[in-house]
Amino acid sequence: MGAEDLEGAARYPRFLLDGRVVEARDSTPTTTLLQYLRGPLGRCGTKEGCAEGDCGACTVVVGEARADGMRYRAVNSCIRFVATLDGKEVVTVESLRAPDGSLHPVQQAMVDAHASQCGFCTPGFVMSLFALWLERTQVTRAEAVEAITGNLCRCTGYRPIIDAAMRMHAVGPAMHWPRGPEHDGRRRAALPSADTPVALPGFQAPRTLDALAEAYARAPDSLLLAGGTDIGLWVTKQLRDLPPILYVGDVAELDRIVETDAMIEIGAAVSLTDAYAAIVARYPMLAELAGRFGSPPVRNSGTLCGNLANGSPIGDSMPVLIALGAEVVLRRGAAERSIPLESLYRAFRETSLARGELVRAVRIPLPRAGHLVGTYKVSKRFDQDISALCAGFALSVRDGTIAESRIAYGGMAAIPKRATATEAALNGRPWSLATVCGAAKALATDFAPIGDMRASAAYRNRVAAALLERFHAAHSGDGAALRVEELAVARP
Amino acid sequence: MSIAGDPVTHESAHLHVSGEARYADDVPLPADTLHGALGMSSVAHGRITDMDLAAVAAAPGVAAVFTARDIPGENDCGPVIHDDPIFADGLVQYEGQALFLVVADSHDAARRAARKARVEYQPLAAILGIREAVAAASFISPTQTIVVGQPMERLAAAPHRLKNTVELGGQDHFYLEGQVAFALPQEDGGMLVVSSTQHPTEVQHMVARALGCRVHDVTVHCRRMGGGFGGKETQASLVACAAAVAATRTGRAVKIRLDRDDDMVITGKRHEFLADYEVGFDAEGRILAATITMASRCGYSLDLSAAVNDRALCHVDNAYFLEHLHLVSHRCKTNTVSNTAFRGFGAPQGMMIIENALDDIARALGKDPLDVRRVNFYGVYDRNVTHYGMTIEDNVMPRIARELEASSGYRERRETIARHNAASATLKRGLAFTPVKFGVSFNATLFNQAGALVNVYTDGTVLVNHGGTEMGQGLHTKVRQVVAHALGVPLDTVRVNATDTSKVPNTSATAASSGSDLNGKAAEAAARTVRERLAELAGTELGVPAAQVQFIDGEVRGGGRSMAFATLALRAHERRISLSATGFYRTPKIHWDRVALSGRPFFYFAYGAAVAEVALDTRTGENRLLRVDILHDVGRSLNPAVDIGQIEGGFLQGMGWLTSEELCWNEKGSLTTHAPSTYKIPAAGDWPADARVRLLENAPNVEDTIHRSKAVGEPPLMLAMAVFFALRDAVSACGPGAPKLRAPATPEALLAAVDSLDGARAAAGAEEATA
Repeated sequence: MGAEDLEGAARYPRFLLDGRVVEARDSTPTTTLLQYLRGPLGRCGTKEGCAEGDCGACTVVVGEARADGMRYRAVNSCIRFVATLDGKEVVTVESLRAPDGSLHPVQQAMVDAHASQCGFCTPGFVMSLFALWLERTQVTRAEAVEAITGNLCRCTGYRPIIDAAMRMHAVGPAMHWPRGPEHDGRRRAALPSADTPVALPGFQAPRTLDALAEAYARAPDSLLLAGGTDIGLWVTKQLRDLPPILYVGDVAELDRIVETDAMIEIGAAVSLTDAYAAIVARYPMLAELAGRFGSPPVRNSGTLCGNLANGSPIGDSMPVLIALGAEVVLRRGAAERSIPLESLYRAFRETSLARGELVRAVRIPLPRAGHLVGTYKVSKRFDQDISALCAGFALSVRDGTIAESRIAYGGMAAIPKRATATEAALNGRPWSLATVCGAAKALATDFAPIGDMRASAAYRNRVAAALLERFHAAHSGDGAALRVEELAVARP
Repeated sequence: MSIAGDPVTHESAHLHVSGEARYADDVPLPADTLHGALGMSSVAHGRITDMDLAAVAAAPGVAAVFTARDIPGENDCGPVIHDDPIFADGLVQYEGQALFLVVADSHDAARRAARKARVEYQPLAAILGIREAVAAASFISPTQTIVVGQPMERLAAAPHRLKNTVELGGQDHFYLEGQVAFALPQEDGGMLVVSSTQHPTEVQHMVARALGCRVHDVTVHCRRMGGGFGGKETQASLVACAAAVAATRTGRAVKIRLDRDDDMVITGKRHEFLADYEVGFDAEGRILAATITMASRCGYSLDLSAAVNDRALCHVDNAYFLEHLHLVSHRCKTNTVSNTAFRGFGAPQGMMIIENALDDIARALGKDPLDVRRVNFYGVYDRNVTHYGMTIEDNVMPRIARELEASSGYRERRETIARHNAASATLKRGLAFTPVKFGVSFNATLFNQAGALVNVYTDGTVLVNHGGTEMGQGLHTKVRQVVAHALGVPLDTVRVNATDTSKVPNTSATAASSGSDLNGKAAEAAARTVRERLAELAGTELGVPAAQVQFIDGEVRGGGRSMAFATLALRAHERRISLSATGFYRTPKIHWDRVALSGRPFFYFAYGAAVAEVALDTRTGENRLLRVDILHDVGRSLNPAVDIGQIEGGFLQGMGWLTSEELCWNEKGSLTTHAPSTYKIPAAGDWPADARVRLLENAPNVEDTIHRSKAVGEPPLMLAMAVFFALRDAVSACGPGAPKLRAPATPEALLAAVDSLDGARAAAGAEEATA
């Protein structure tokens, strides 16, 4: 089905809200869910704190049908377009309180823990915790913190919110909005039918890869939209008028992770949450990076391929994926090719994608014996910050000698870039501190970073070398702590 | 029954968690409401030679555009002097300054239209930095000097001397709810303004001035703010005035809500400070004399900068006796946003200076910084007069230090850390104890007053109005407890109303941590007046003298008999006894000579101390707070849960100021960190996994405050100094010398501090930097 088949016959997005189907007739392709909730729906419980997905005051939970029921995840409503919610369920802070006024266990736990002060961020926290409440039956401190890294609170210091998260499952059963397969089944049955794709003037949501690729090849000036965690800001911050949108998220065959003997292939519609879960299962050393990428709501909306195709010089995924030798699979019309990830980047925000060509998937090789892998991100704030710099390392060491090395950095150049001179200075040499310190000098050949509000050029150069040395220490040390995080222990 | 002192939940907690708490942007408005957006300047200093707004006016959805010429009254919203134009009129004094307002049928349409302006400027030389301003003698307010004792002579004679410089960055308030107000025209020239403001009375005055009407024509209403922190003390006036002007001109409701980035560019922040000091000290580290010259960046207008800097002057001593002191304070005028109140109000900056000096002294002498701090503490009975002439009568710092030193295991941990650092080249730990002594009351005596209105209804329910505003600090919760306590009624029969200038007039800002001190006392006074009337009647009904009537648990008891409070209220109404009373309070004992900079500006002091332990990666500057122990003095707490919340939240906010929150300005004077993507306030992961926060027990306020409690809004922010000095301690583990560590101590600033040390490690660092 081509885009022209739908012209003239608008099909508005429909989503389930509090058991009723809402058809968003008064929405445009770029109306955000937050605008729609607070405007036409008059639901002002969800707040705007920043309109860029960085503070979490706007957090809502989105439910999607899954083979075995429903899957609920927190997302930032401020940068999520209503048109991308077709056939889904939206749960807001107003949804949780029972008709008789009694609070949901998540809400009651927040009250009991004195976890709200000014209250403006509170609905967002409640919804992040609600997603966690649905997902788990008990919560550790680490899980609690992780779940709310995308929510900023300026009043409490977070301690009571963390306490509330750890106690919410003990509050008792939910009178309203309970959990479990039976309830999910009922809600799944109530989802609005989505037999036909959403189609608005300036917004198409093809259902098949062929239709998407064909539409994009035919109208290459269209804007490909996946999670929208960057494009959302073009609308809310830059107030840009967007070209016609082709939405990737409704193509089921792109929301797939395929693992073979040699690699993991992650499709263009796979969220960062799912993508990193698959990657971390194979590369546990990437767990920290996965947890520090954006925030849970950003990872739930955003896609890995979107992060790669976006081509930001400070994207967190690229350095380690380049180091691992990942390839991107590109599709234009019916033609497909794959290229090494690093070849995707030409210049600042400029990729080697042809007109009308899209990133269909990324392929990541599976771990090999003797392959040392690591990635480090440095930022002003540990969680939910953009890198000052980010490093990815992958070395093959045989009999104490570096057989092959692949190193890439973000934040060190206008693109995510391999450190080829540094790699050359490592290859064939003994895997020793002396080699590493010598090779680190070659970083100056590889990179001439800029200074900006995240870090000066001198700092970036210096820390780039320090991270390389840390990588060596991590794989040759005596097990002594290498990271400040390792020294933190919870109160006994 | 003791309602005051109970850890009851926030009066709005159930509304916060269910999304039902209404903020200014949530109030339903008439369908024809207009939405405003401000046009902003793009240069730091310049004359406007042409402002073409035709494209703005022609943009879709636009109803009108307003500039300085359209203001019916005075084009000013300056809180102290008239130097804060609502819209720049010819002269632009900072980048982001409001030039005009466009109103349209939607927020989005207004924002889009505002960007269509074409403005030409004749650029003028801009002064951006503090050093630059001091060199040019560009001051917004006269330099102040305090000299006590014989500082120069004592300094010259001191056995040890050292000098250093302190560099302190600013801080954005980052209240989660940005600036917002709407104005609804009323009959007969009236104007109702709903504003997210800490100071409804000031907004009322500013709006009346802008509209050219009288104060009684304007009513300002505020149910709650989504955070304030000082950022809505004076800064709320701009959007309120602009909305009121547009509402007057169009006759329609007008709402202005600033987008986050615009808010961060337009509104004032915490003052940046630079200070040079020299201290003379003895072998124990006791300061014999000090000279301190501090200078702050005030921005283009006065705002509250004189008062902020006065408070910095009054807190440069923190908890220490400075007998011989030469203190100079410059208030720099710069072409940057006009800096304003922010939790602590200059005190944090003042304290950071002396704490730096004490840390330097400890390192110079090779002593534990806690020991050096301790020998400098104010005495309880002597060495207890401040450099502004106030005798300290409530010094609990020695006790706090003793208790916290023991409970935190300071000495043992110091040993453990030294062992760790000796064995670890890259990861260093640091430990620090820092005290806080914070003066409570507005420096300007006149602001220390409050009013309240208590209404009892014939069903026994109670409605309270007071002059304070709720910004999350739990003021309404505490006032509700105070009134319930005074009337002996259950908490749920007392409701606290939104703050409204038509209910309680001529109020002070909810600021200076004074909210519950002032309004609690005023509300208690009003409740007692009603209770006395009711006691008189109850005495007659129960056949006992009024003095023997007790109000407990919603009952009125006497002579072995009792009646329901509600019954008594109804009876009083039948007997034509007033069930409504106002209450008023003015803080006793205080006085302040603004010229001599001396007096007793503070009713009392609030105290606290923290011990922080950090880990620092000396190769990358990455760091983490591992543990914090806090012991804080709130007198006899009105609500321990609320007070703990203020302490923890204030501490983390202070830690943000001193570590991750970096405001960056480019050479043209543009703020480059104007969104949470680039400006990093602490996140949940920054709260330490090991935190032990306690209230000082059995320490009622020696002064007659409301239930002998103490103010708690601001003082805990400065507990975060312990984190900064623990980081400085970790840096010092890399080598000898006094590190030059600027605040915020970002990873990059920490590496620079390592480089600033004397000796081999620093040389190695310098090599790496150039490699």
